Amino acid sequence: MAQIEYIAFVKRDCETCKMVAAVLGALKQDVQVTIYSQDDPTFPESTGGAKDDTALEQSWRHNITIVPTVIQLTDSTETSRTEGWERADWERLCGPLREASALPEFRPGCGSRSTEPGMPERLSLRYGGLNLAARAIEVVEDADPMEVAFERGWTDGLPIVPPTDLRVARMLAGTTRRPDEIIGEIPPNLSTCTVEKAAINAVMAGCKPEYFPVVLGVIEAALRPEFSMHGLLCTLWFSGPVVIVNGPVTRRIGMNSGGNALGQGNRANATIGRALQLVIRNVGGGIPGEIDRSVLGNPGKYTFCFAEDESDPNWTPLNVARGAAPGSSSATLFHGDGVQGIQSWSARTPEELCRSLAASLWGVCHPKLAGWSGAILVLCPEHYEMFRAEGWRRTDVEAGLHTALRRPGKDLIAGAQGIAEGIDPARADEMVDKFNDGYLLIVRAGGRGGGISAAIGGWTGHRKTADVQIVTQEIKQ
Amino acid sequence: MRNDPYIMRDPTAELAPIVRQRIAPPTSLAGRTVGVLSISKERSDEFLDTVAAALQQQGLKVKRFRKPTHTKPAPEAMIQSIVESCDVVIEGLAD
Repeated sequence: MAQIEYIAFVKRDCETCKMVAAVLGALKQDVQVTIYSQDDPTFPESTGGAKDDTALEQSWRHNITIVPTVIQLTDSTETSRTEGWERADWERLCGPLREASALPEFRPGCGSRSTEPGMPERLSLRYGGLNLAARAIEVVEDADPMEVAFERGWTDGLPIVPPTDLRVARMLAGTTRRPDEIIGEIPPNLSTCTVEKAAINAVMAGCKPEYFPVVLGVIEAALRPEFSMHGLLCTLWFSGPVVIVNGPVTRRIGMNSGGNALGQGNRANATIGRALQLVIRNVGGGIPGEIDRSVLGNPGKYTFCFAEDESDPNWTPLNVARGAAPGSSSATLFHGDGVQGIQSWSARTPEELCRSLAASLWGVCHPKLAGWSGAILVLCPEHYEMFRAEGWRRTDVEAGLHTALRRPGKDLIAGAQGIAEGIDPARADEMVDKFNDGYLLIVRAGGRGGGISAAIGGWTGHRKTADVQIVTQEIKQ
Repeated sequence: MRNDPYIMRDPTAELAPIVRQRIAPPTSLAGRTVGVLSISKERSDEFLDTVAAALQQQGLKVKRFRKPTHTKPAPEAMIQSIVESCDVVIEGLAD
């Protein structure tokens, strides 16, 4: 004969729980029922009080989201549950109820205290649902956790958010991936990076949990062999990873693609790029002055991440142009330097604007070198409007720039214009493309107010097209 | 003032610092094999050719190596080959 018993979860601070108190009192006389109170063990008085679950352990173990909840156990195993008050459902579980005739047929319950913001992660840590694997570093009393982080070499020079267990647990709640899942090996030391290690560094960077899937996608992109993160880290050149995010995720987490998109002030832009850099520093061991040999570096090596403006459906987003499914979210990683402004107020036709933008883009790396480094052209709204008004789409802008970016080889060869820097003299009679195919990215971003776009110069490693490629990685939720 | 211990989780790879001892440089190059490794950067050959010729003039044995690309680490097989066949190595690091 199967043994049937019941568990009920209530709290005093719930009108529905108070309403069903008399029903529970009568039920307790008829069947075996254990009642847990989340806030006050003297409640319900009709049952002579309840077991104390103010620490919420039983609520967490039984995955309670609503009070009241009644769970039916058959031979100690859950066979059914009902949430809130629905008389027919309670009677399905418990049989005919006394003291229920005066009650309405239905009344919704209240949220369980175990689901209050931050509480699931706190309970998961406390009761063994989440066991963090990373080494615990105890900060002695009176020491400042942020100073400890600096002393241990964990920061990029700016303060970090101390990675406490609760913050790491909340970050991990931002993904469905397991904490011990391995993302890959981070250069230069090729150390294994788990989802948990990424979460710790994302906490330190200042990320919110909802950014975490983007951070994971960005790390995966950086680890693709064709991106050559190792070489990018070691280079004498200025470059670091520049992250361009496309798709619905950018709206969901509030990334900036408008005014000051390349600047400060947006938490998602600022911290996602920083999280990648901290992973490379802390997990990979990429430290300036050690394996990072950059002669000058650039401020983007703290963080360089922004979203594309996808407000015009006629504009093909960067990720879609690079093969991603329309409507999907992606991170594109480019090996990039700082921002060079392009002033262009006077152009009146798309072709003229292309020539004007191209003249500035020729300055990338060196005005007499071609195919050495790629570039991102960040197209401001005013400039885009000039193309859009004439019906130009992405492919038209790309074609127009390609034409405008060709120059006679005789002007570029070594020694021409009294400058030794330059291309192979054997190419004097060719028309020469500034960029290798696929190494000029066009991205829409920025606020209104002026015809000023931006060139972001690329790594000189771009001249090795077989070894160093720009990558686009899908962001999975 | 805090009551509980304040714990932070280690963001690093938790590798014990491995400080590798360098092999003591030989007191003399006589009879040694010198590896000359190019990392495949532009014009490094001109420099390394000159170095290799100078070493050979001294009667030393020189073995040349060339990374496929300077943008990535040397292949493991190449590193092993250098270790096996050379006593010292000169690496052309930059332009």
